[in-house]
Amino acid sequence: MDHEVILRMQNINKAFPGVQALNDINFELRKGEVHCLLGENGAGKSTLIKIMSGAHQKDSGIVLLHGKEVDIKDAHISRDLGISTIYQEMSLIPGMSVAENIFLGEEIVKASFNIVDKEKMEKQAKEIFREMNIDINPKSLVKEMSTAQQQMIEIARSLVKKRQIIIMDEPTSSISDKDTHELFRIIRKLKSQGVAIIYISHRLQELSEIVDRITVMRDGQDIGTVNMKDVTIDQLIAMMVGRTLEKTDKPVRDHIGEVLLEVKNISWGNIVQNASFILRKGEILGFAGLVGAGRSELMRLLFGAEKMDAGRILLHGVQVEIHSPMQAIAHGIGYLSEDRKRDGLVLGMGIDQNITMANLPKVCNGFFLSRKKEELEAKNSVQALNVATNSIHKLVKFLSGGNQQKVIIGKWLLTDCQVLIFDEPTRGIDVGARAEIYKLMNGLVQLGKSIIMVSSDLPEIIRASNRVIIMNQGRIAGEFENDGTITQEGIMPLMLGGVGNVS
Amino acid sequence: MFHKIADRFGIGIAIVALFIFLSISSPHFLDIANLLNILLQVAISTIIAVGMTFVILTSGIDLSVGPLTAFSSVIIGLTLHLDIGIGIPILSGVLVGGLLGLINGILIAKLKIPAFIATLGMMSVARGAALFITNGQTIHMFPTEFRFISAGNIMSIPIPVIYALIVVMIAIFILNYTKFGRYIYAIGGNKEAARLSGINVKFVETWAYIICGITCGIGAVILTGRLNAAQPIAGIGYELDAIAAVIIGGTSLNGGEGSIGGTLMGAILIGMLRNGLNLLNVSPFLQQIVIGAVIVSAVFFDQYRRSKKDSSAVKGLNRPAEAMGSTKSY
Repeated sequence: MDHEVILRMQNINKAFPGVQALNDINFELRKGEVHCLLGENGAGKSTLIKIMSGAHQKDSGIVLLHGKEVDIKDAHISRDLGISTIYQEMSLIPGMSVAENIFLGEEIVKASFNIVDKEKMEKQAKEIFREMNIDINPKSLVKEMSTAQQQMIEIARSLVKKRQIIIMDEPTSSISDKDTHELFRIIRKLKSQGVAIIYISHRLQELSEIVDRITVMRDGQDIGTVNMKDVTIDQLIAMMVGRTLEKTDKPVRDHIGEVLLEVKNISWGNIVQNASFILRKGEILGFAGLVGAGRSELMRLLFGAEKMDAGRILLHGVQVEIHSPMQAIAHGIGYLSEDRKRDGLVLGMGIDQNITMANLPKVCNGFFLSRKKEELEAKNSVQALNVATNSIHKLVKFLSGGNQQKVIIGKWLLTDCQVLIFDEPTRGIDVGARAEIYKLMNGLVQLGKSIIMVSSDLPEIIRASNRVIIMNQGRIAGEFENDGTITQEGIMPLMLGGVGNVS
Repeated sequence: MFHKIADRFGIGIAIVALFIFLSISSPHFLDIANLLNILLQVAISTIIAVGMTFVILTSGIDLSVGPLTAFSSVIIGLTLHLDIGIGIPILSGVLVGGLLGLINGILIAKLKIPAFIATLGMMSVARGAALFITNGQTIHMFPTEFRFISAGNIMSIPIPVIYALIVVMIAIFILNYTKFGRYIYAIGGNKEAARLSGINVKFVETWAYIICGITCGIGAVILTGRLNAAQPIAGIGYELDAIAAVIIGGTSLNGGEGSIGGTLMGAILIGMLRNGLNLLNVSPFLQQIVIGAVIVSAVFFDQYRRSKKDSSAVKGLNRPAEAMGSTKSY
């Protein structure tokens, strides 16, 4: 690899009211490298890439592109300079076709009358997908696509024009391992073409596969840039957090009790087919599978958020009717949804009001709300869950992802539910807060609660669950006791639809 | 709490500025009689705007408040002429408002018809019904007791003003100190999160429209008494005044954010503006233009303020001190 520097950022400073988001940051990007920006939420990664993409303006410092100073005043300039950004939050238009989204703002037009050339766009989109080795019909509407497919479309968008720098903000946070491999293949190809890639991810395991160099950030400062092959993951974590992370506890098994929940033959269209499983008291049951395998849907059916076509649910051996979340909650089931912001929180409300939302009667005197009781409960939760905030009235939209997740956990704990469904509990959450959430989950099962954890992060499933169920294309494809011998290699074939041992 | 005060600050300044301006420019503005007149005129619009606040807080809209008021008024007029006292007519007027609100609520919450369309339809249906049962005629001549109870004075204070205050206080109480009130905000803030938290979204939403209908019924009682007439064509433009008061008062059209206090101030501002324009002999045609422009610019400034607040929210996420706290506290 040559070491030609494409982008150099020197002494970048950026302050927001009351806080120095970036403090004298130096950053250098070479041609044809994959450069990871690593740091916990709030370390300043997003601010830095937003300065590159023109979403924020630096206060001071110099940005050099090919040695020439540039002033990236807005997103247009950034794009014209050949910088493309794939944001973590999807920015596609649901009601438009895949091809239209890919060419949004850069439509191909016929020479006469400036009419949008749909066919040509669809043809080119098809080519891009073929190159990506992904089967997506450019004519379909984006809203019909799964989250993972949307992420791939988002990536395809950046491949339309020749770019010299592509910024990817957590591209794998919502896609399956298979798609991740495809993504890595694409990244390698771009690399070989000399494109430089800035890669942000919280999944440390995957970095070694793809990343050349890493710049670690902490508290708005750059801690240093290292070659991936020279460091271990533990060293990286130490750089990120400024301390060594304690190893998470292995899942404890000695408090697992009798069967609490039985799910029998639940079906829902062809999305969930004839799914049956049991959940024991005090157990963490992991659900592995590819995105689109029907895991979240099965959980939503169990929680009454969708109406099942067929199937039964038994609690303590007694059949129960669950047709709405209200009934599920009455039966002691809580659900932490996959998409925190969309389904889990009222962002414009305070921490306290979000925590009490699922069990307001608990903080009422008869018909009337007791602010006093509410504050007390919220204070207890915030303390018990270690939510970082200076006030329980703080609006949850101002909290980091990890703290938002804790608020949702607090909400369900207040309902005294016995079964907690965690759907992707650590997505988009930084390493430190992740460890805290695992710890919390372990604490909960020790109190006799049962947890179902859906996760697309295999190491997480293996690390945190007592038992693992694997789903594939709407069906339950296998089950393992986690006796310490489970490996990713053992689970993978079942996820992908192969045959495996059912213990 | 603090941000709520800050939110209301803008409209407070506008009210004070308008008050000072009118005191100087019109010799009659400060007359007790004129001030009481403003209060009386603001009373009905405040009451209906309170109902509208419930609806808009759930991120809905009710375009049918004018015809609802007219229909209730007609029902009151007809029942008053049955000579069965004044209690039943008043009650039936309020209940009929609530009933039409219930229909709105069912259409919107249960049958999932967009609020804009459902209440647009109701706007035409209720107006048509009011015209139909009266054959387009105004109903006159009501008992003195009714006129006193609905629109009289106690110690020269207009009784409608007292009603408005009571409605405002009950609404403030419901929104701030009951489960129902909290659910209204939660649904407006994030309907799906509310549903997944076990809140009966359909029930709460339906009741928001019922409440709005009831406030129209109360408004109708006052209107009928004040005019000593029940007109099927009454209440034209009420939806404008009500929605404007709510929005100028700082309630977000997206729902989930806002307060009755803001709505009250919004209603007062519009009432003062209308009164001032009259005192200054501004042509009624020109008045419409002014009111319309004020509403749009109030929403513009509101949007501007919100976008500033939201961008600082995004920045807030980048605060190292805050986000890092979660891990530092190990």
